[in-house]
Amino acid sequence: MKIESSQTSREKEIENLKKYKYGFSTDIESTKAPKGLSEEVIKFISNIKKEPQWLLDWRLKAYHRLKALKEPNWQKPKYPKIDYQDLYYYSAPKSFKEKPKSLDDLDPKLLETYKKLGIPLQEQKRLNNIAVDAVFDSVSVATTFKDKLTEKGIIFCSISEAVQKHPELVKKYLGSVIPLSDHFFATLNSAVFTDGSFVYVPPGVKCPMELSTYFRINASDTGQFERTLIIADKGSYVSYLEGCTAPMRDENQLHAANVELVALDDAEIKYSTVQNWYPGDKDGKGGIYNFVTKRGLCKGKNSKISWTQVETGSAITWKYPSCILKGDNSIGEFYSIAITNNHQKADTGTKMIHLGKNTKSKIISKGISAGFSDMTYRGLVDISKKANNSRNYTQCDSLLMGNKCGAHTIPYIKNKNSDSNLAHEATTSKISEEQLHYCQQRGLNSEEAVGLIVNGFCKEVLQQLPMEFAVEAQKLVGISLEGSVG
Amino acid sequence: MEERLKIDFEKSFKNSSFSTKNINIKKEFLNKFIKEGLPNKSLENWKFSDISQIIKKEIGDLSFYNDISAPSKIDPSIYLNGLEQNSIVFVNGRPEKIDFQFEEKNKLEILDDFELNKDYSDINSLINLNNAFVDKSFKIVVKENYSFKKPLVIYHYTNKKVKSKNINLRLNFILEKNSSLKLIDVLNDASEKNFINTFYNFKINQDAILKNYKIDIKNNSNIKYIFTNIEQEKNSLSETFIASSGSDFIKNEINCNLNGEHSSAFVNGIFSLNKQKHHEIRTSINHLTEHTKSSQLIKSVLENDAKAVYQGKIYVSSKAQKTDGYQLSKAILLDETTEFNAKPELEIYADDVKCSHGSASGSLNENSIFYLMSRGLNYKEAKELLISGFLLDVIEKITDSEIKSLIKKMIGSQE
Repeated sequence: MKIESSQTSREKEIENLKKYKYGFSTDIESTKAPKGLSEEVIKFISNIKKEPQWLLDWRLKAYHRLKALKEPNWQKPKYPKIDYQDLYYYSAPKSFKEKPKSLDDLDPKLLETYKKLGIPLQEQKRLNNIAVDAVFDSVSVATTFKDKLTEKGIIFCSISEAVQKHPELVKKYLGSVIPLSDHFFATLNSAVFTDGSFVYVPPGVKCPMELSTYFRINASDTGQFERTLIIADKGSYVSYLEGCTAPMRDENQLHAANVELVALDDAEIKYSTVQNWYPGDKDGKGGIYNFVTKRGLCKGKNSKISWTQVETGSAITWKYPSCILKGDNSIGEFYSIAITNNHQKADTGTKMIHLGKNTKSKIISKGISAGFSDMTYRGLVDISKKANNSRNYTQCDSLLMGNKCGAHTIPYIKNKNSDSNLAHEATTSKISEEQLHYCQQRGLNSEEAVGLIVNGFCKEVLQQLPMEFAVEAQKLVGISLEGSVG
Repeated sequence: MEERLKIDFEKSFKNSSFSTKNINIKKEFLNKFIKEGLPNKSLENWKFSDISQIIKKEIGDLSFYNDISAPSKIDPSIYLNGLEQNSIVFVNGRPEKIDFQFEEKNKLEILDDFELNKDYSDINSLINLNNAFVDKSFKIVVKENYSFKKPLVIYHYTNKKVKSKNINLRLNFILEKNSSLKLIDVLNDASEKNFINTFYNFKINQDAILKNYKIDIKNNSNIKYIFTNIEQEKNSLSETFIASSGSDFIKNEINCNLNGEHSSAFVNGIFSLNKQKHHEIRTSINHLTEHTKSSQLIKSVLENDAKAVYQGKIYVSSKAQKTDGYQLSKAILLDETTEFNAKPELEIYADDVKCSHGSASGSLNENSIFYLMSRGLNYKEAKELLISGFLLDVIEKITDSEIKSLIKKMIGSQE
């Protein structure tokens, strides 16, 4: 009897998991900028955020540059043309005219939302030692554990706050990794970015806890353009997590964020993402277009930047978290799991640009496609003339489930230095019948067996995630593939 | 360039016997080419080799009209020694000699009339250029159940009479059921600064075997593009070997469609480059049905401002279950001035497949050199031994032993 009941509860659990559980929307009044993209809208955003003149000028420069840029179209997943005049570029909960001083002033509806998402903002309820910056549509709603971080001299706040309180740092580093006129989406972001996180870790400080941002798109017809800037000063260390969800809507929503990381001498930044934007329904209707520019600069000697990403959501994921290895002996790492199911599409990978001597990079990418989805790994390893004794190791494996989906690998390898060593490997395969048979023989049903094998396939990457995230990511891997077997 | 093209185009068919229909088709191709121009690096396939810039820089003003009415003498030194062979000799793009002395005449068919059709119009602008200006298209048919007794050697020879010219060549081969052909292309140039644009088309029917060896080892300053299209039916096999080292610029492009079950394609190549040479191999192996196999191995040794590019693609359609695709490229960069670019690409739509690719590049292993030197070799000898060992791997893949030893000799004498 007992077994039976546990089975039904398991079935229920699966049934629950199959649905996109973050698909609710919060009914909250919001202030929006006028629809469309224009100088006025940019001035509106800048004004509402009480930004200094230099930042407004910077935004306008980006806006004028944008007019000359064309939307790129070399990517594998094609999408219908986006009407940039039909979007809201700013949306904030109405209660946000003034940023609340403490959580007590926060709209209870917002607190409720984050509780539903599993991100309690009240510190005492938080079991783990993670400081969270929660971003709701275009604004940062709360940052936790601030005092504890301030004690160490660590600045962790929303970027709007940083512009007010630490303008010298923002001015120095904003756009230093992703230049204003980098490419279409990055430039768009530079013109209209609304909020995001700012982290500065002073020299020699090891950040005592994981820093985390939780992004949530709520309002419809909005694009989310957040900007994250992380600076690790000499000899410091920081680990940063990013999570994202959005409500279920029939239309596609654009998310074009910019993330810049700067690591000075001997500093290390670890950036982990669990991306679970709404992927659209079974027939590919709706979902988020996740066109994000993420780039890290290993500016100093012996610095290290490590990207880890678990990409399970979004209708289209199109991003290449990259490392520019400028400092001698710097290290860049990229660990990625990308899972596409139903009609999801992904074109993701990394760029490792070796400029300094003795630089090392490592790329581990695991792609899993199921249903009607399409997945592309696209990566660049570029070893410049002066990057003596550089090393790169790349491994990208793909797993296919069914013959309606696709898995592609497009690595670009450029080597201009005879002293360097590059190795690239890629394989594509399916789950073998023997492995499945073995697991089923041991009493697992076929879905559990696939889950186990897939988790094994992804293990190398999952290991790189911080503990709390790893468990969640593992679950997510399982959920994303539900219904793709059999 | 447009004016020049139009004038040269008028000249090109003044003395020839093209039908009005053919002329109209040619005009269409010409207009297409004028519209697109020479490929440049904004096109994905030409990203690493901007042929438009290269031609501009190395040749400058290119003339498209190549008068082949007058015969030329064949320099006897171009022949490969020590090999019983059938031969076709092209001098400056004009066929001067066709000799099938070892074969049964009724088992093959040689047609040199020009049949133009609109196929192959969407490949790239160089193929359009080829279609617009080519004078003669050879068609060689190997009849059912016939195997060539001796290899066929095609000599692509140019002499000093041509300069800054665009030479277009077109060859079609049809291998009927259960036939086989060994084909050696020897590129041999005494001319300078020409752009030679060659288009090969192979149709390999059921159970037929094609072995094609393309050898470009004589130093010359010409710019070359060779496009090879291979269509393979059931149980057929193709083996392509490319030795790429002589020309200033050469791009070998192979498009192979595996249309029939159990067909297989092998592409092997070596780059041995120095002195600012820039070579590229681009392959696209399309697995279009079940149980097909392909394997590619490319090795490069680069020195002295040389640049090698390998773009290899394995495409597996959703029908092509049980595909086995393999691809490996390795490069040794001997000094700071060289560059190796690779883009090994997999595009896969079927799940029950085994596909992998690998790419590695780096310097010579110091430990291996040390080992050899400790055994009494000097540095230069040790280096040479390691390089020839590295390249030998690819040459060993040649399945015809006679041709293998011939190529070994040719490459060996070069170093």
